[in-house]
Amino acid sequence: MLEIKNLHAVVEGEDIEILKGVDLTINKGEIHAIMGPNGSGKSTLSKVVAGHPEYEVTKGEILFEGEDITELDADERAHLGLFLAFQYPVEVPGITNKTLLRESYNTIARSNGKEELDPLEFEDYLKSKLEIIDMKDSFLERSINTGFSGGEKKKNEVFQMAVLNPKLAFMDETDSGLDIDALKIVADGINKIAGGENAIVLVTHYQRLLNYVKPDYVHVMIDGKFVKSGDRKLALELEDQGYDWLENKTMVNGEAQ
Amino acid sequence: MSETEALESMIGEEYKYGFSTDVEYEEFPKGLNEDIIRELSARKEEPEWMLEFRLKAYRGWKEMVEPDWFNATYEKPKFDTLQYYSAPKNKPKLDSLDDVDPKIRETYEKLGIPLEEQKALAGVAVDAVFDSVSVFTSFKEKLAEAGVIFCSISEAIQNHPELVKKYMGSVVPARDNFYAALNSAVFSDGSFCYVPKDTICPMELSTYFRINNMNSGQFERTLIIAEDNSHVSYLEGCTAPMYDEHQLHAAVVELVALENAEIKYSTIQNWYAGDEDGKGGIYNFVTKRGACRGKNSKISWTQLETGSAVTLKYPSVILQGDNSVGEFYSVAVTNMRQQADTGTKMIHLGKNTKSTIISKGISAGNSDNSYRGEVKISKKADGARNYSVCDSMLIGQTCGAHTFPYISSENPTASVEHEASTSRVGEEQIFYLMQRGISEQDAISMIVNGFVKEVLKELPLEFATEANALLNVKLEGSVG
Repeated sequence: MLEIKNLHAVVEGEDIEILKGVDLTINKGEIHAIMGPNGSGKSTLSKVVAGHPEYEVTKGEILFEGEDITELDADERAHLGLFLAFQYPVEVPGITNKTLLRESYNTIARSNGKEELDPLEFEDYLKSKLEIIDMKDSFLERSINTGFSGGEKKKNEVFQMAVLNPKLAFMDETDSGLDIDALKIVADGINKIAGGENAIVLVTHYQRLLNYVKPDYVHVMIDGKFVKSGDRKLALELEDQGYDWLENKTMVNGEAQ
Repeated sequence: MSETEALESMIGEEYKYGFSTDVEYEEFPKGLNEDIIRELSARKEEPEWMLEFRLKAYRGWKEMVEPDWFNATYEKPKFDTLQYYSAPKNKPKLDSLDDVDPKIRETYEKLGIPLEEQKALAGVAVDAVFDSVSVFTSFKEKLAEAGVIFCSISEAIQNHPELVKKYMGSVVPARDNFYAALNSAVFSDGSFCYVPKDTICPMELSTYFRINNMNSGQFERTLIIAEDNSHVSYLEGCTAPMYDEHQLHAAVVELVALENAEIKYSTIQNWYAGDEDGKGGIYNFVTKRGACRGKNSKISWTQLETGSAVTLKYPSVILQGDNSVGEFYSVAVTNMRQQADTGTKMIHLGKNTKSTIISKGISAGNSDNSYRGEVKISKKADGARNYSVCDSMLIGQTCGAHTFPYISSENPTASVEHEASTSRVGEEQIFYLMQRGISEQDAISMIVNGFVKEVLKELPLEFATEANALLNVKLEGSVG
């Protein structure tokens, strides 16, 4: 589904390379976790895949279902079925969650030649997704993320993801800043959305979330590259030993040397 | 023309009202003196008291100094080369639409303001002011049935002198300020509305102002009186052709609300704003003030200011009657080289008077946008309350937003609350919405519409769509 080949990226207009040759393949239905210390480039990778204008790809390519999307705008990538759950969801005062989601849903449907939902149908559809994050109807009428608590913002990202049902979602530190109850709700939500053909990439610092959402693969990013990949056990190892033992290692044939 | 078509035709790419109409003018020599004023008054066959009002204002104006405390820099109007009266030659006696110069009728058609009643927006009566004179007022008869008088101010001076004499200058005195004094001396026309006791005006009233002539200033005068237990909603719209020279628009609007009366006054101002280098455009120097004279009366100003090179305008309410309410809802948008210094004054005199100010400024391009507001609570205004919110939004890096709130309270039982914020439409906000599949342009208009929603919902429904679309056109391509 997603194939990233030798991806290099810089902040637009600057020389400093943040991604230094990333390779990643994700297939339908898989759950991947990307872990790594602060500043390793995890969040950047999510944003570059989503098409953030702040970054420039200097080398390599991103293929989504075989199509090169490296030059596409963020909205065009969203139409293809790519979703990013933001680490810091943005406030947009005066526009309700419901308005945004209806606009999003219908725009994406239209660009895929699918039927749009009228306001009443959409309302029913939205309400059916609310239980996933354990929120009340009034949540729909609130302005996007405006005055939301940290936990509500993260739940809103999961909710939006459930509504838009993307083929591939990058979830950028959706677990950070959540108390244990909120974490469980968010993890539950992710588990409900995952499965089937949808693929999910969890970008996280901590192993904590992985107790609730079981990834098929775990990748460790250090200094703009993956230095080690493995299964869920790798996450547990990291929890024991930290990232130090992986620093300065490079990857050859999928194994740290 | 359906409502939607009418609205759509009012909205265009760029500034689509920039055309001019080739009509013959009856003109005055340039410059101003007492003879010109006498001639103007004579030509309009005005009574003696009206001439006296004008001369008194003129003599006051001559002694006044043009103010310069605004947060705007511009070349001062050259008052001695301005033309103070300009009327289309074929001005009819306003009895029948057939008498209106076809070219002028066409102009209003093009602007999307059909004067024929059968083509009008549902439930909206129009007074069309072309340069200095009112050319037509629709639905007069229907309004008359309800007892509502809606006509040009010139007609009102002829036909309802007792009302005009009683109220004109009672809210904005002839020598109130430099531009109001000038207007009082030379005003040529404008709208007049009188709603009798216990009457709800059955239609939305609107005046459509059009400056056509290149060298003339426009000085119109609007007077609205709402008697006890009455209600009226009024909207003004404004456009002008694109000329390289600045043109002056110095209007005066006076509102009087008596006991339990309510006046809702809305403005959609889209005068020509000048070009990208600041060449041309309208100077919009307007005095608007309402008096809540009666108990429980209410005056509410809603404005969407998108045009003009320079706007200096502070629609105000004097809250005289106990329990009276004043409201000011404003969206001021500036782009290119536009400068706007606008806001309101709420003067609390009566007990338990209440005022609300919601101001939203949006600056883009190289423009400057200032909110200037005064809340004054006098000694006797026990229990007075004010709530103000002034939010500014910046689009791009080269524009400015400023807030100048003045608050004074002489009564310890009063409460005044002021909030202000400034935000920038950021890349992050746009990216967030685009990631959800929304195009960049739609993302910007969503952000802007969300920002001004609170204010635009105060506009009469008939005009809300127009207002939204106007806003989007105005800011098109301002983020790139």
